[in-house]
Amino acid sequence: MDLKDEIAKEKLKINRRHFFSKLSVGLGTVALGSLMVPDLLKRGGTGLDSEMLKAGIPNFAPKAKRVIYLFQAGAPSQLESFDYKPLLRERMGEDLPESIRNGQRLTGMTSGQDSFPLVGSFADFKQYGQNGTWVSDFFPHIGKVADEICVVNSMHTEAINHDPAITFFQTGNQISGRPSMGSWMSYGLGSENQNLPAFVVLTSRGKGNSQGLYSKLWSSGFLDSKHQGVLLRSGKDPVLYLNDPDGVSRSDKRVMLDKIADLNHKHYDEVGDEEIHSRIAQYEMAYRMQMSVPEVMDIKKEPESIIKMYGAEALIPGTYAANCLQARRLAENGVRFIQLYHQGWDQHGNLPNEMAGQAKDVDQASAALILDLKQRGMLDDTLVIWGGEFGRTNYCQGKFSPDNYGRDHHPRSFSIWMAGGGIKKGITYGQTDEFGYNIVKDPVHINDFHATLLHLMGINHEQLIYKYQGRRFRLTDVAGNVVSGLMA
Amino acid sequence: MNQNQIMGAKQNILIVGLLAFLFVAIGFVLKEKGENPESISGQSGIPDEINFNFNVKPILSDKCYACHGPDANKRKAGLRLDIESDAKAELPENPGLYAIVPNEASKSELISRIYSDDESAMMPPADSNLKLAEHEKGILKKWIDQGAKFEPHWAFVPPKKADIPKVKDESWPKNEIDDFILSTMENKGMHPADPASHEKLIRRVSLDLTGLPPTLEDLDKFVLGNSEFNFEAIVDYYLAKPSYGEQMTREWLDVARYADSHGYQDDSYRTMWPWRDWVIHAFNENMPYSQFLTWQIAGDLLPNATKEQILATGFNRNHPITQEGGVIDEEYRSTYVTDRTNTLGKGIMGITLECAKCHDHKYDPITQKDFFSMYSFFNNVNEKGLQMDAVQAKNRKYYADAPFITIDSTDLHGVLSFLNMPDTTAINVMVMDDSSHREAHVLSRGNYDAPTDLVEPSTPPAIMPFSSEYPKNRLGLARWLTNDQNPLTARVYVNRLWGMIFGQGIVKTSEDFGSQGALPTHPELLDWLAADFMEHNWDIKYMIKKIVTTATYQQSSIINPEKEKQDPQNIYLARGPRFRLGAEEIRDYVLTTSGLLNKEIGGPSVKPYQPPGLWEETNAGGNRGILTSYVPDTGDKLYRRSLYTFWKRTLPPPSMAIFDAPNRDLCEVRRQNTNTPLQALALQNDIQVLEGARVLASHITENTHEVSDAVKRLFNSILLRNPTDEEMEILSEYHEEYLTKFSENEESVDQLLSIGQYEMGSSDPTETAALMMVAQVLYNLDETITKE
Repeated sequence: MDLKDEIAKEKLKINRRHFFSKLSVGLGTVALGSLMVPDLLKRGGTGLDSEMLKAGIPNFAPKAKRVIYLFQAGAPSQLESFDYKPLLRERMGEDLPESIRNGQRLTGMTSGQDSFPLVGSFADFKQYGQNGTWVSDFFPHIGKVADEICVVNSMHTEAINHDPAITFFQTGNQISGRPSMGSWMSYGLGSENQNLPAFVVLTSRGKGNSQGLYSKLWSSGFLDSKHQGVLLRSGKDPVLYLNDPDGVSRSDKRVMLDKIADLNHKHYDEVGDEEIHSRIAQYEMAYRMQMSVPEVMDIKKEPESIIKMYGAEALIPGTYAANCLQARRLAENGVRFIQLYHQGWDQHGNLPNEMAGQAKDVDQASAALILDLKQRGMLDDTLVIWGGEFGRTNYCQGKFSPDNYGRDHHPRSFSIWMAGGGIKKGITYGQTDEFGYNIVKDPVHINDFHATLLHLMGINHEQLIYKYQGRRFRLTDVAGNVVSGLMA
Repeated sequence: MNQNQIMGAKQNILIVGLLAFLFVAIGFVLKEKGENPESISGQSGIPDEINFNFNVKPILSDKCYACHGPDANKRKAGLRLDIESDAKAELPENPGLYAIVPNEASKSELISRIYSDDESAMMPPADSNLKLAEHEKGILKKWIDQGAKFEPHWAFVPPKKADIPKVKDESWPKNEIDDFILSTMENKGMHPADPASHEKLIRRVSLDLTGLPPTLEDLDKFVLGNSEFNFEAIVDYYLAKPSYGEQMTREWLDVARYADSHGYQDDSYRTMWPWRDWVIHAFNENMPYSQFLTWQIAGDLLPNATKEQILATGFNRNHPITQEGGVIDEEYRSTYVTDRTNTLGKGIMGITLECAKCHDHKYDPITQKDFFSMYSFFNNVNEKGLQMDAVQAKNRKYYADAPFITIDSTDLHGVLSFLNMPDTTAINVMVMDDSSHREAHVLSRGNYDAPTDLVEPSTPPAIMPFSSEYPKNRLGLARWLTNDQNPLTARVYVNRLWGMIFGQGIVKTSEDFGSQGALPTHPELLDWLAADFMEHNWDIKYMIKKIVTTATYQQSSIINPEKEKQDPQNIYLARGPRFRLGAEEIRDYVLTTSGLLNKEIGGPSVKPYQPPGLWEETNAGGNRGILTSYVPDTGDKLYRRSLYTFWKRTLPPPSMAIFDAPNRDLCEVRRQNTNTPLQALALQNDIQVLEGARVLASHITENTHEVSDAVKRLFNSILLRNPTDEEMEILSEYHEEYLTKFSENEESVDQLLSIGQYEMGSSDPTETAALMMVAQVLYNLDETITKE
């Protein structure tokens, strides 16, 4: 029996289990996980226009079982983080040569500037790890895990404004309306767990100039809304409407649910609509979520050594550090796609100061997440990604001075890093010219990035398809090549 | 592909494929004109007589057109299968061979290719990810053997009334619609359900026509009234209510992507609500659909346009507008014009025009030039793109990007007297004008900075040519849309009306009537309705009344196992509709039945309860715009219909989004109807539901002496029917348990009774809290949130 058959057999087993548990009277035992697999109770299947076209997924053995995406919203500068360009310091203040800019369109914020003075990184760079990965002094902790990560300095996109750029990254298209990456994963692979959604979202914000987030970024688009990202929030109501009102205890709730189920069953006997059984099952799942979500979110039992790894901020709900720790806990509990957003990376001005603060927010906890996953043996099958929606210009926006400057949006090259699940360790992939403006080696487009991501999860990106409005849609639309150079 | 495909001769069948984690739903509805089930040859699913539109074209379109269809740039081997003469011509790259030789499948290259195992010859090609099922091959073969007859696409032929079919049971039909429905049912060997009970029917029709449940008083009046049960009078009663206009508007707001914010990243405030008030007004005045469209598309271009007609054109300015700093204005201007074009396609024409923006349409006869000819109608608006960022706009109270009209208190005494404008400070509302003439070009790959051929305003000739008598502007476009020979406009709207009432349209894909869309389940009925609608001057209330006074509509929605098996999706309507209420309807149901509803119509949008912190956590930080933090309203503004809930695009009201409301970034014509645990949580714990339970419990407690009466009255109020003995037993027991429990637990009572802002009456706290628990159970029943 080849691998594909084996995978399929496993899947069938799982689904038989779901199938039969749904048919049995004990609907209380149906898992929330089946929220995320095709809904067998739905009358008459998924319908003519929404046919599922997933060809034998997973298409091959996955390297990664889950993703933790540490999205740095606003676009952190690659030139002060991972793309080391000493030339920019040497030629500080000189105008960007026209031959380098070479027709790149500019945003309305700098298109009116008379000159484009080059500006070198305020932060110094050092080499880390066995391969001498360059990392700026803003990110010393990440530097220390350089042997675990793969820095990509050759990312590029077409978008030059935040909304279309971040929408592109999350959904594969600049215009809103397409499903988010996490939704595609949930659609393609279903859920690994019984009590939590397959796709969750956590947000935090630094002090830097920030851009808004939009629920469309974790929307399931035209996919069934069960694949939508569920926003987990810090504070008392981590999932919207999760908490029962004061005055209603857990046992009160149990009794109430039983009464609701009793009456729903009686009504089913009368009207015969299977949708009622589905409703009863959803109420049970909701109840299970009420118990499991607070438990997963409660970090009180984490030992001090762990808190120390992530930093003291991990104890403050809603911080990036707390969310990183949370991400690990969610990963342990079988959540497929964990999407973090950290806002505040839009440094059009005051970059050295703001970026130092932003980096401080994320440096230690990001590195801690890698180490923590590793020590639990989870890094091998967890893919961790760190990065923003585009890069920043090598020239200064606004008033230029070597220690206080800003950088505008730059789509032609930027840096992200990845680690874990099937990713090469300790390498730097791709290269920009010495101005840090154009890619000279191994470009990685966002479509390529998506194709690679899906590949690591065991999915051929050309075969994860959903037909909507008569057209077959993919996360990678009509493009994308798997980047083998990134994979171990 | 691990797809096991089996033909369901009668209806969609869910197949669990062998290798499949895939649950591949291969629905194949065999429908043909003059359908005769005996002609369907069992499991093979190949009808005796092949119909091009219903059997062949869906296969060609889905599996062949991508390379052999309308898109000239992607066409392979010079073969085009969507046009008869091309399809039957000698193959340009293979002289002497023909793709299709009528009556001779064996000589047709198409057939030898689809049956070929040779990877270099087989069609569809191995690398296309497309595959023909055996029955599909069989259909194509048989079609060629029967002469390979082509027909124009069904949706591009103007609708005509066919003869009313004969039915066996002549006593059942109440009007022509029933004849069509019953005739199909009889052909399938199905029988209509019994009529619904009067209570159920009144609840159903009230929800359908007004979005609100009937009041107990109305229910009593209609059911127990001394006179005979007169359903037609009841329909008239609900159609005449102002809440009818609100309910119709609810649907139109999704089409029009209406919101109270600009969208994109800063997503700050805009003042478009007067346009929304106009829509309510227009529906309540029963403005003919043709006029309703004309005003919205071209009101400003009408001779001596009134301010009301100009206000209506706000329809085309409801799209998101970016306030992000540093955007390239022309890029976004082009995006807005595209949005208007796509909205016209999806919302009014039922065609995926957007597919032809970057290249010729792959499936429908719409070229890229056609797209930009449509685009050019909307290209002359005197808009500059971004005029002010969110911070400036906030400081200068600039809530509408030009062009706009200014509405002040003087207008409230004139043509705009329908506006509910409590604050008489003048406001600006975005509208259309054509004062900035621009040449329009085909944009290469759809890119704003890559203009190629010049185009003029025009419409796709394959749908209906643009008459030379029409002005080449939006007014001409409106004339074209509302011409009674336009094959799409009436079909698309009556199909949506049908969908609102029965849960799905006669064409399920109400957004796509093209080659890739679903086929109509009752094609002759759809055409009859469309023609009838136009004959009656596009009279919406007439059409709705026609539909709901049918015997079809008035059937009971009880599902027996046989029907469930035969027609699980209720395509043939051998029972009444049963589906979950929409997001707005659920909240409004709670407000109405609890007595909290504030019936005020129109006005600026309001901010009801919402879990705190949502806007704050995701906004762009600090002071960008005026929608950075959510402060709920107080008093009776909390209890307005959900139609008036403030709509921030980047974070739509969660109690709406959880129940499948779209985010309003784009035109939507068909909401999903899901069933999720998040919905269960919202119904259990949303303050609005809890407060409704409390207020209703308090009211009943205050006005009832006997404890058992209280439970019954509560049940009546929420379910709008009498409880069965069993139900009473379950609920009374539950109630008594909490009467006892709460008499010893003052703290819980206090906590429960403090939920929501509405002031407590003088009812007994313990009794109220116990009854509130019962009310919560009732508000969470499937029946409560379902139209049945």
